[in-house]
Amino acid sequence: MNKLQIALNGILKSNPVFVLVLGMCPTLGTTTSASNGMGMGLATMAVLIMSNLVISLIKNLIPDKVRIPAFIVVIASFVTIIQMLMEAFVPALYASLGVFIPLIVVNCIILGRAEAFASKNSPIDSIFDGIGIGLGFTLALTAIGAVREILGSGAIFGMSLGVADYMPLVFVLAPGGFLTLGYLMVLFNKLAKK
Amino acid sequence: MVAVLFTITLIASAGVGAVNMITVEPIAAAKAAATQQALGEVLPAFEATVIEELTIDEMPIKVYTAKQGEEVVGYAVESMTKKGFSGVVKLMVGFLPDGTVNNVNVLQQAETPGLGTKMCDEGNPLLGSIQHQKLEEKKLVDGKLAVTKDGGDVDALTAATISSRAYVDAVNRAWMAMKSVATGSEPTDVASGATAVAENAEQTEPAAQEGGQNE
Repeated sequence: MNKLQIALNGILKSNPVFVLVLGMCPTLGTTTSASNGMGMGLATMAVLIMSNLVISLIKNLIPDKVRIPAFIVVIASFVTIIQMLMEAFVPALYASLGVFIPLIVVNCIILGRAEAFASKNSPIDSIFDGIGIGLGFTLALTAIGAVREILGSGAIFGMSLGVADYMPLVFVLAPGGFLTLGYLMVLFNKLAKK
Repeated sequence: MVAVLFTITLIASAGVGAVNMITVEPIAAAKAAATQQALGEVLPAFEATVIEELTIDEMPIKVYTAKQGEEVVGYAVESMTKKGFSGVVKLMVGFLPDGTVNNVNVLQQAETPGLGTKMCDEGNPLLGSIQHQKLEEKKLVDGKLAVTKDGGDVDALTAATISSRAYVDAVNRAWMAMKSVATGSEPTDVASGATAVAENAEQTEPAAQEGGQNE
């Protein structure tokens, strides 16, 4: 499998949100607007790329029995680092994503990719897998966020479209999150099959 | 096996420690800058501030007394409430020395986007109901401000009654803190009123969620 295929695989064939249906907690929680969804996706992608790389590098050093604790330590460290960097340099985004940043640690996508891909493949391939899955997650979250923001608050990336008063507010609330996710999932899988 | 896991943990904690050393100053600077910006927005021009920390209803409240030379030009109160629709709401309320509300800045909130988040907008009805006015002259309920639905005359945000109550609650606490600092007394006056409002809010919350009062 060449590098491009690995990355494309993460975006289309095994898109974490629409196909694997992993990481639903941040997906539903942070997609109240397009920019929040994108911020969450990018933070997850940064953690995923770094953890995939490191786990792939040290995979032969780790005894099988302690592999899960070792992976979690690596992932948790990267999440903590990302969290501190965000708080220092992009405090506005940090404030709006809040509790979901530490929760990246327990996002099943990251441990899943460490276990299923990085621990069996070369570091370079693992980076591409991280990019692919990360982009797939980011695109999915941005799409859900954009749909919910347009339908719910009549804006896109924070820019008002001037129709806010006529929009069904339910889309920024939790039920709208499930509705949007479901319909986008149907649409994605229908298009991906062709 | 143990040695490997120990080594990984050690390296990881060293890495986290190193990044912490790099970011601790920018984080502090970012927070200080945010505070300074909020102070600038709610107060008239000032040279220096004196900080006093109070505890009202078990919540930490900071009062910044702004001075121009020796003269007090205003008070900015960093107030908070736990009655938000989702989590804590923190406000910075600026008062002029005569008790007039100069401006209010929302520091932190996690309210529903498009509904409760309107409390951050310029010229929202909540701010419009109290800005450039003396709170004593408003229609008070048990000595406190209240939204119209609770018998007061603060206009609530459309479809965000709980967020509006939280906002008013935080403003009330700021007002209490400002009075106590300005007069040097204990912040005890309307404490009983606070519990009554709290019970009221808790009762209405589930009904509001089910009945779509918030949408």
